[in-house]
Amino acid sequence: MSDLYLIYKNMTRKPLRLFLTCFAIFIAFLIYGAVTTLKSALDAGIDLAADNRLVVVNKINFTQPLPIAYAQKVAAVEGVEHVTYANWFGGYYQEARNQIVAMAVEPESLLQVYEREIVLPLEQRAAWLGNRQGLIAGKNLAQRLGWKVGDRVPVSSNIFSHKEGGHTWDFVVEGIFTGSDPQHDTNSMYFHYKYFMETQSFGGDWIGWITLTTVDPAQNQRIADEIDNGFANSQAETDTSTEAAFSKAFIEQIGNIGLIIFGVVFMAFFTILILVGNTMALAVRERTGEIAVLKTLGFAAPRIFKMVLTESLLIALIGGLAGLGAAWLIVEGAKATMAQFLPNLVLDSGIALQALAFMLLLGLVTGLLPALNALRLNIVTAFNRG
Amino acid sequence: MSQDLLFQLNGVSKSFVKGKEEISIFSDLNLTIERGDFVAIMGPSGSGKTTLLNMLGGVDQPSGGEVSFDGARVDNLSESALTRWRAHNIGFIFQFYNLMPMLNAARNVELPLLLTKLSKAQRRKNVETALALVGLSDRAKHMPSEMSGGQQQRVAIARAIVSDPKLLLCDEPTGDLDRTTADEILEMLQLLNRDHGKTIVMVTHDPAAAKYANRTLHLDKGKFVQRELVA
Ligand SMILES: Nc1ncnc2c1ncn2[C@@H]1O[C@H](COP(=O)(O)OP(=O)(O)O)[C@@H](O)[C@H]1O
Ligand SMILES: [Mg+2]
Repeated sequence: MSDLYLIYKNMTRKPLRLFLTCFAIFIAFLIYGAVTTLKSALDAGIDLAADNRLVVVNKINFTQPLPIAYAQKVAAVEGVEHVTYANWFGGYYQEARNQIVAMAVEPESLLQVYEREIVLPLEQRAAWLGNRQGLIAGKNLAQRLGWKVGDRVPVSSNIFSHKEGGHTWDFVVEGIFTGSDPQHDTNSMYFHYKYFMETQSFGGDWIGWITLTTVDPAQNQRIADEIDNGFANSQAETDTSTEAAFSKAFIEQIGNIGLIIFGVVFMAFFTILILVGNTMALAVRERTGEIAVLKTLGFAAPRIFKMVLTESLLIALIGGLAGLGAAWLIVEGAKATMAQFLPNLVLDSGIALQALAFMLLLGLVTGLLPALNALRLNIVTAFNRG
Repeated sequence: MSQDLLFQLNGVSKSFVKGKEEISIFSDLNLTIERGDFVAIMGPSGSGKTTLLNMLGGVDQPSGGEVSFDGARVDNLSESALTRWRAHNIGFIFQFYNLMPMLNAARNVELPLLLTKLSKAQRRKNVETALALVGLSDRAKHMPSEMSGGQQQRVAIARAIVSDPKLLLCDEPTGDLDRTTADEILEMLQLLNRDHGKTIVMVTHDPAAAKYANRTLHLDKGKFVQRELVA
């Protein structure tokens, strides 16, 4: 027999209570694991953004278009390296629920601006540039839809209509790209802006946004200001920001996810903290007489303090690790279906370690007061009370 | 005779502060207990018997005076030193047995051995010996809730002697037991005193129990008083 055996016996003496406590902690860390993974997947888009890339959008809202002539003017600003532009297509494949991240782009400049994110074999690159009906698809996307180079594929839009009727365009898969970093998203596809403009029914020559690279990130602010000042008081004013800031704004458009996540996690933790803390306090109060006996027998107060604290730590770890494990299973299960929106959905070791730290904190906080009570318990008064 | 002196109380006083009042339980109490003695302490309820026992066991400290054990002062030890001292020298037996409800008999008996450096095998041997001594070898795996009061008190006695302390302190050890069971327990204490050399101090309000002791002290109003023995 050891102290650990005593702790174990104390812990398991009321199995239903132990189960309920562990279950509450389980739920808390299930939420924590799933939600932080989701948040970090959203943040990854921001982290991966290059720091020398700026995005120019319409000042009113990034869903409002810009005149195509702006691309030329932006290219003339000093310190701008490459300029490309794109249009959001709102694509899907065969069925509306098979959403695709699809964009109409200017191919040559796209490959310059995104040279690290879009890596194509040379012959595929040449083939795509040479075929106005060609598209390039990311490796993940191609895998998901079963596309191979040379395939003719119909891609539909939930925004635009084809001049000849319907919402569907025919493309030829001319290339399948990867990223230079495995973290890079390969769930998107790109096709020729010119082909799109000639075949869509709205007419006009406008673009969704402009992306440019600068020669030096230190000049970003000056270049952004110069661009926005240049279009001040024109028909479409612009808002230029770094790609990271743009991604963040995009996420905030969906909803202030950070705040919601913080709220949910905080509420869950606070509830659990009170619940578990109360249970621990109760459990130790019930054992007042036994703790007094242990002290009488010669168990030192710090040793009893440690035993109570270990018990609450064990409970937090059992519930917490189970919850984290369940969160991992859920994330692994959701990975495939979420891959197109959240390519970085992984419960990685960073999140796991953070959760572990919170488990230890939970165990310490809930165990501290009862442990201190046990530490300070006076034998004489404890027996008088009992 | 001084090497036979185990406990000595010199002018010991004890008082509690209750609200604004200071309640004195005893003042100037003197007592010597020799090695191998079996002392019964009797007295009316509230006369301070438990308080005296607590001070002997280092669970409570006197407000004044000296307590010496084996020739060394113990009244001025720190709490942690006192805790260690208790673990080495004192075995406690309570009125309500105070076994750990979630541990079986053998593990309850083993509890004080967690405070020693004995090996696992040595610990098991000591537990077996102690349980055999109280006649409960066949109940080692039983839980306290599965045993009668008398059996539980025997387990408690085994726990008190398992680490071989010099002194056993018993607070109303038979207060919760019927006559026959009480006599069994008292005979067991007598055996531990006679054949195993344990010094015993036992608080009781039962004159029949006191008869098992070598001598009886009567505590009343904070003093030891002389009383004719009642037949
Ligand atoms: N911690 C304490 N605080 C205040 N009074 C106490 C405390 N412990 C004991 N007493 C009082 O001291 C007196 C003696 O108590 P106790 O030693 O338990 O008596 P006995 O065991 O002889 O019945 C009682 O009046 C009791 O109320
Ligand atoms: Mg008493």
